[in-house]
Amino acid sequence: MISSLDNFSNYLYKNKHILLLIFLLPPLLWLGIIYLGSLVVFLFHSLFYLDGFTGKVVYQISFSTIAELFSSPANIDILIRTVVLALAVSIGAAVIGFPIAFYMAKFTSPKIKIFFYLAIMLPLWSSYLVRVYSWKLILAKEGIINWVLAKLHLTWLLDAILSLPVVGGPSLSISYLGMFLVFTYIWLPFMILPIQASLERVPNSLLNASYDLGATRRQTFYKVVLPLALPGIAAGSIFTFSLTLGDYIIPYIIGTSKFFIGQAVYTHQGTAGNIPLAAAFSLVPIGVMAIYIYFAKKLGAFNAL
Amino acid sequence: MLFKKNNLNKASFGLKLGAILGILFLHVPLFLIILYAFTTEDKSYQFPPPGYTLKWFSIVLSRQDIWNAVSLSLQVAIISTMAAIVLGTLAAAALYKASFFGRDSITLLIILPIALPGIITGISLRSAFGVVGIPFSTWTIIIGHATFCMVVVYNNVVARLRRSSPNLIQASMDLGANNFQTFFYVILPNLGTAILAGGMLAFALSFDEVIVTTFTAGQQTTLPIWMLSELIRPRQRPITNVVAVFIICITFIPILYASYITRNTTDTEGSSK
Repeated sequence: MISSLDNFSNYLYKNKHILLLIFLLPPLLWLGIIYLGSLVVFLFHSLFYLDGFTGKVVYQISFSTIAELFSSPANIDILIRTVVLALAVSIGAAVIGFPIAFYMAKFTSPKIKIFFYLAIMLPLWSSYLVRVYSWKLILAKEGIINWVLAKLHLTWLLDAILSLPVVGGPSLSISYLGMFLVFTYIWLPFMILPIQASLERVPNSLLNASYDLGATRRQTFYKVVLPLALPGIAAGSIFTFSLTLGDYIIPYIIGTSKFFIGQAVYTHQGTAGNIPLAAAFSLVPIGVMAIYIYFAKKLGAFNAL
Repeated sequence: MLFKKNNLNKASFGLKLGAILGILFLHVPLFLIILYAFTTEDKSYQFPPPGYTLKWFSIVLSRQDIWNAVSLSLQVAIISTMAAIVLGTLAAAALYKASFFGRDSITLLIILPIALPGIITGISLRSAFGVVGIPFSTWTIIIGHATFCMVVVYNNVVARLRRSSPNLIQASMDLGANNFQTFFYVILPNLGTAILAGGMLAFALSFDEVIVTTFTAGQQTTLPIWMLSELIRPRQRPITNVVAVFIICITFIPILYASYITRNTTDTEGSSK
């Protein structure tokens, strides 16, 4: 028994590719058949179309569904609205996240750094739904934001902001502004960690050299720190951008009644039964992300991960 | 200028303030949920709460529907974590060093379930179950969860394998151990905490997942699905607050534990001292 096991062991050692195959087969079968199989079948539906009279899917190859997606103004609106929001959220997360990442990477003792690290990891991994829910409490009319503003006698300011044309709305919880806040909050940790990682690699001597050569704090920041952090920002924005593109729960709970890509996919596959159009909508985030990742790669995003 | 240099190596006031405000932005919402769990107000989200009470906790404890949801979520999370551990570790062992045709495509395939929007994964699986004729059950939820949990374990184990020295394996072989002995006595103990940490994060991810689950659960209610229905139509606000606190606790524990057991692993294992 032992010797046959030894023989087998030796055989595997000499034929590494067999061992590799044994390792690789279970995960590959799982992902290849269950995941990739269903994904390809679903996305392939975008080449079929819905019969207008019977409401049934016609299984014939045609580009009419994809043409419908890009020709109907309502659909174009959805696509543009989603991409703009995703960009806004990425910028917002970078602006809020940068000071945290910079401070954490360059100005903390090891102990404080661990504290910061945990403070970012806990929200990152903790419940998405609970965190969305917390904003329902915060944005509510009787909630904390309105309370604080009333105490500071600033309610007029909020009213003024909410009366702005695009970002405003009847209340914070039914406006693009509220939605932007929630999205930024939810994906913020995904932005902080890559920026922090890229700044961590900037040697302190580089900053000192800049100061020694007479640069001010501001000049050093714009000419040295920011360019070196750019790959990190690009890497972080891959997450914030793609996660916002595909989300359908936040627009459903916080937003206005206007649709985003995720909701469009959800509605078309559900009540409407229009799987081809749902599949065509799903192709958009995949395509946009492929383009986005291509450019992020040029900025060195993948070296920052 | 020389005087200023010391100052320049300290964070400016603005940066410090920005960092502290940012951290507060991340955490105040979670504190608010905990505060709201004790409020006596049950019709609105009034701030500050008019009074404080513990009664919602005891009401939640007596709610059978919530207990059922918790138990389903735990079942799903435990089984899909175990599947993810096996599959993710195997994939990591195969891919960390090897170079062969298609390796990058396979890596992409492992990351894809978490990189693509959950709704696409969810609908794909749902229509595939429909085509093949698999009825919705606990197992259909588990299949979905194991698929995207795999990458978490994979990432942790690959990172550890890259850090551990190949000399360890050579030494074990030189001392006469066969592949299996090397695996069980050298490689596995070395990977242990990485697998455990990956498993903890996979558990937290699965316990909390709602998007894919919406499509693979059929009529079953996991805890996040219960929560989602309350978010869309709030009917029992105080109960929801308490459940939210419960979810925070049950996901914080594995996350903290995972970072605790991997805290000392930045050095290469088995590298010459």
